[in-house]
Amino acid sequence: MIANTASRMRLLGMIRKETWQILRDPSSIAIAFVMPVVLLFLFGYGVSLDAKHIPVGIVIEQPDLATRSLAGSFSRSEFFSSVLYSTIQEAEKALDKRDIEGIVWMRNNFSANLLSGRQAPIGVLINGVDSNQANITRGYIQGTWLAWLSHYTEAHGRPLPMPVTLEQRVWFNAALSSRYFLVPGLIAIIMTLIGSLLTAMVVAREWERGTMEALMVTPLRIGEMLAGKLIPYFILGMGGMLFSVVLAVWEFDVPLRGSFWLLTLSAALFMLVALLIGLLISIVSKNQFVAGQLAIIVTFLPAFILSGFLFDINSMPAPVQLLTHLVPARYFVAILQTLFLAGDIWPVILANMGALLVMLIFFFTLVRIKSRKRLD
Amino acid sequence: MPFAHIIALAVKEFLALLRDKRGRYVLIGPPIVQLLVFSFAATFDLNHVPVAIYNQDTGSASRELISHIEGSPNFEIIRSINHDADIAPLIDNKDVLLVLHIGPNFSADILRGSSTPIQVILDGRNSNTAMIAMNYLRSILLDFNRDSMKKQGQTGPRTVLEIRNWYNENLQSRWFIVPGIVGLLTLVVTLLVTALSVAREREAGTFDQLLVTPFRPVEILIGKAIPGIVVGLVESTVIILLAIVLFKIPLRGDIGALYLGIALFLLSATGIGLMISSIAVTQQQAILGAFLFMVPAVILSGFATPIANMPIVVQWLTYLDPLRYFLVVVRGVFLEGDSYALLFNQYWPMLIIGIVTLAFAGWLFRHRMY
Repeated sequence: MIANTASRMRLLGMIRKETWQILRDPSSIAIAFVMPVVLLFLFGYGVSLDAKHIPVGIVIEQPDLATRSLAGSFSRSEFFSSVLYSTIQEAEKALDKRDIEGIVWMRNNFSANLLSGRQAPIGVLINGVDSNQANITRGYIQGTWLAWLSHYTEAHGRPLPMPVTLEQRVWFNAALSSRYFLVPGLIAIIMTLIGSLLTAMVVAREWERGTMEALMVTPLRIGEMLAGKLIPYFILGMGGMLFSVVLAVWEFDVPLRGSFWLLTLSAALFMLVALLIGLLISIVSKNQFVAGQLAIIVTFLPAFILSGFLFDINSMPAPVQLLTHLVPARYFVAILQTLFLAGDIWPVILANMGALLVMLIFFFTLVRIKSRKRLD
Repeated sequence: MPFAHIIALAVKEFLALLRDKRGRYVLIGPPIVQLLVFSFAATFDLNHVPVAIYNQDTGSASRELISHIEGSPNFEIIRSINHDADIAPLIDNKDVLLVLHIGPNFSADILRGSSTPIQVILDGRNSNTAMIAMNYLRSILLDFNRDSMKKQGQTGPRTVLEIRNWYNENLQSRWFIVPGIVGLLTLVVTLLVTALSVAREREAGTFDQLLVTPFRPVEILIGKAIPGIVVGLVESTVIILLAIVLFKIPLRGDIGALYLGIALFLLSATGIGLMISSIAVTQQQAILGAFLFMVPAVILSGFATPIANMPIVVQWLTYLDPLRYFLVVVRGVFLEGDSYALLFNQYWPMLIIGIVTLAFAGWLFRHRMY
């Protein structure tokens, strides 16, 4: 009983010390609260993969009814903001200078050929440097052209039914708004920042300054020391999570279709894994420069690139796909996107939570082994 | 004499940076590993998208359409289903990204020459992936339509789109991403090296000692900037070599134009790093400060998402970001074969950012005392 009380007092003392350390340093608060807001606003309002008003040049070598009507289709479309040119050379120069992203080129015999049933090709040039954007631009140009073609043939009394048309139904995100998947995914990134980067730096500082050795000579047990370090950051991270969810739902109108308690539970699980990784990094590196570098390289960048947050995991080469299984954010991003947009889909959630649980046990054991009280 | 001062200080900075084995390692190992992993992983191209087919048609036209899809490297048919009720679990559990539903009258409609719809049900949890998959499917359908119209002898207006892509002819994501990673990794390493240089001494208390030596602030500034620039230069050269040799990215432009861009970019990154370092009191503040700058800088640079898609106000903000200009230089020289004249508008903003931030950092040396 007495031992129990003493242990609790030691733990509380440790927690109090860590909390003061967080509150005293503005940079901890900045990472925990300013960073989430900056990231959420950047991704919520700033970054978008949905192109609108793509600048394209329309080259009309001979203005007449047909060429004007096709040019009209482009200028009416909200996907394009079109610029007219009368020669291809002018337009190519603009493409070179990056003033426009693509060119639609109707040669001077276009209408004559079209009416007489000869081949009337339309030249399309697209700046391919950003290949994803180029693909999207091409898709929009094709769509605009097809719509014009069916309209044009109908107006000339020779309707041209396309044999097969595509009806698309997109589940969970009917408007295909990229915000709906970027904002939930961000929560995983924000919690990685707080859990791994901040924790790694703070504990590495104790090693660097030698206060860790001072802690070792106290009666504090190793388990109490770890718990005392982790609890304040756990609360900070969960606070960041809650804050992000509130912003996501109320500010960015992302639907939360799954249950909130399941979200909290899986977030807690992920937070523990992130904290343990942060702790492990600090134990291994023991100085702030190395800890900061390692945390960014081992946790933050993989959470960004290898988690499925932005890039599709199925399309990565097999060895890289294998590697993504070691990134805890991968499982959490899958849970987040499912809970927010699809709802409580148990097979997806249980499988990913199971994976997080395995990681938790693994890292907990590793930290236990590595963090024996010893000097070296 | 000032020259000797600067050399002495730069040597000391290098020693502080490199004497620790782990410190040396994090400068060399991780960036290379990142280049390799991210270059393969960071792509918007899709392949082997898992697809389920729900075919209620028994004719030959639907079989032909399915074989078109099977022939595409982008799709992989992993299931055939026969009931409406099978659709939801497949999509919900992420077993497939899309289900293609072909109705019972598909072949008959095509034979009669009338238009027939097919239905695609997509998992929209990642809307970008859904949209790209949809684009692939549309291209396949466009081919299929053209074939079947030709077979039926229909002569509509004979107009086609002849599409050519400039600079990146086969639209390989890697050609876009790898030059971007040159900028990304150079920024990360340079910023971390410089951000810690003043803060480390402030924390240890040796910076005050440095200030009372006969060294002038300008000399201290240059001495502290040199390691960042040298490390950044080595780092970017190694990554560029790997990009050319390993990833076969074509270097079409003037290498001098590229290195002028690198020099100016390193100047601005070093300036920002030293500025953060002189504001910070502890190393933790310096690293977190560098981080607070770095993340928005990468997001706003056009590294993964185009600047043109951002709202106007956010676009203004990107003008403060040196990475924005540098990415245009790297991609321009690599893929578009740009030279000095075309890149002039990217060079001067980096020079201004560099001069302003370095001047501010030098001023802070004297005026921020603890």
